[in-house]
Amino acid sequence: MVETISTPNSPTEQLALYQQMLAAKSPDIDVYQIDVVWAGILAPHLVDLKAHSKGAENNHFPSIITNNTVDGKLIALPWFTDASLLYYRKDLLEKYGEKPPQTWAQLTATAQKIQDAERKAGNDKFWGYIWQGRAYEGLTCNALEWVASHNGGAVVEADGKITINNPQAVKAIAQAKPWVSTITPPGVLNYTEEESRGVFQAGNALFMRNWPYAWGLSQSADSPVKAKVGTAPLPKGGEDGRHAATLGGWQMSVSKYSANQDAAIALVLYLTGPEVQKQRAVELSQLPTLVKLYDDPDVVKANPFFAEMKDILASAVARPATVTGSKYNQVSSEFFNAVYAVLSGGKTAEQSLADLEASLKRMSRGGKW
Amino acid sequence: MATATAELAERAPDPAAPAQKSQLTRSRVRAAWLFLTPMLILLAMVAGWPLLRTIWFSFTDANLSDLSGAKFIGFENYLAYNDGEWYGVLADSEWWNAVWNTLKFSVISVTLETVLGLVVALVLNASFPGRSLVRAAVLIPWAIPTIVSAKMWGWMMHDQFGILNHMLMSLGLISSPLAWTASPDLALTAVIMVDVWKTTPFMALLILAALQMLPTDCYEAARVDGIHPVRVFFKVTLPLIKPALMVAVIFRLLDALRIFDLIYVLTSNSKDTMSMSVYARQQLVDFQSVGYGSAASTLLFLTVGLCVVLYITFGRVRFDGR
Repeated sequence: MVETISTPNSPTEQLALYQQMLAAKSPDIDVYQIDVVWAGILAPHLVDLKAHSKGAENNHFPSIITNNTVDGKLIALPWFTDASLLYYRKDLLEKYGEKPPQTWAQLTATAQKIQDAERKAGNDKFWGYIWQGRAYEGLTCNALEWVASHNGGAVVEADGKITINNPQAVKAIAQAKPWVSTITPPGVLNYTEEESRGVFQAGNALFMRNWPYAWGLSQSADSPVKAKVGTAPLPKGGEDGRHAATLGGWQMSVSKYSANQDAAIALVLYLTGPEVQKQRAVELSQLPTLVKLYDDPDVVKANPFFAEMKDILASAVARPATVTGSKYNQVSSEFFNAVYAVLSGGKTAEQSLADLEASLKRMSRGGKW
Repeated sequence: MATATAELAERAPDPAAPAQKSQLTRSRVRAAWLFLTPMLILLAMVAGWPLLRTIWFSFTDANLSDLSGAKFIGFENYLAYNDGEWYGVLADSEWWNAVWNTLKFSVISVTLETVLGLVVALVLNASFPGRSLVRAAVLIPWAIPTIVSAKMWGWMMHDQFGILNHMLMSLGLISSPLAWTASPDLALTAVIMVDVWKTTPFMALLILAALQMLPTDCYEAARVDGIHPVRVFFKVTLPLIKPALMVAVIFRLLDALRIFDLIYVLTSNSKDTMSMSVYARQQLVDFQSVGYGSAASTLLFLTVGLCVVLYITFGRVRFDGR
């Protein structure tokens, strides 16, 4: 029998919990569900699945398998992948004769216009755009999208070079600052995914940035916005920019300290196999990592937006986890704190990114991670 | 305890029959050690050993994923000079930000709790119908686990669904919802507010205990002389409960300087409210730098120690009740 343990909502806290359990060599948990950016951090504690998988890894997206292979060991099998989306209210865009925005500037204008109109119509609590601004991993994802969509790089590039202090990145971060308190509630600075979904699903927002999981929930029977939601790729940073979504996703791995390793490995192979992935895609709109399932008629019928997900996944930006290895958490924390300082009005984008560059250089002793 | 030591102190210098007395003293001392030993061993195990281990780790480069590979690196975690730049906890502006936050939080919250606790205690000390019911009710915030009350307040202070904004708006005190835990100007205030709500009952209880021990004759004399009640409070009540008050304040101060759970639940790792404990935890767990985090923990321990020594010295606190 499989028992599940509830973990904290915020991935930052989940990782902290895992690290404590694994550092104590605790045998209590056999299978861990790990984030795509944790492979480098947790690898020493996880079992190499290559010998047991019988080639199952070849059916998944190769980029994810590469991500999960640390020093030649396959430490996790992908369970589902994730790339962020722009959710919008179809009915409201139609009502005001607007189209889903292609650039952030269009998003800002449309959000402001419809927010003003809706508030005038009596909906005081209506907001234009909801995202995740709490000082945690989610803000790293949001901010990385802003930067990448302006062609501002990926904070730390694959060769270890720290590129965050560039004019495009400054522009990207500076553009988000005025959203707070105009088209975005000031409380967004303490929102994670679920708080954002709460506001959007209650019908109080026009646009939301979130992961695919929010789709299934927004279409559930008791959802006030059922059948009123559309999805699009996140906007580009200006006409020369590009659509950028942060690559997410969760993997299944087996703890070295598990007393029932064989049973745990069998469970992981089952959970990451076609049967479960299809069921989860249909019922929970989780993106399968098995390439074949994207052509499965049942999956496509339940999730019409999966067709465009293929393109979104192809252009998704990876967080700089592989290059920074076990220091990724520190890099991410410095990054989201630097962005948070701008959003909360403590610093200008120029100042904050210059400070961030200095502290990342200091952390890596000059880009040598 | 206090009387026993007083007795010992009186008897020890007595020159009459020294052999017999000292034998008695010796057997008393032996008995004292016998009773104290289990507690001392337990304390050494649950407090002394982790403390020493933390101090030891602060001089190493220990990492959470492999503690056994830790190497001794001297004071590098505290302060080190490398290629024209200072490294270490003491050179980290975030650490000093955390120290400042903690001090600000401690001074403001303990002051408010003391004043409010005193008021509540004075009210509860007066006799009125239903007093025991009110006394029990006042204790409820203190009885709720911190995590639960922090989560509860987190939802009440939510900027969109929170009842606090709803109430303030329907009273017309604010025109738009406040982002209590997200706005940098309000976050520390919000944390202090919840802490005051939670721990005022504790202060009230300690002060109430002191109030109930006060002799009634001073008050009768004051009433006969027709002294104004406010003057009675400042000239009689306050000096008499001062020793108990000072001890209550030091308990709270120790607690407040170590504040972690409330801040972490309400505002997570945000720099606006980060306390020394939150900083140390972030280094230890999130960043896996057990050595560096231990250095921060050791500095936290020293800071708390310093504050207490200063308080005891300047506040002339006496623990023996004299």
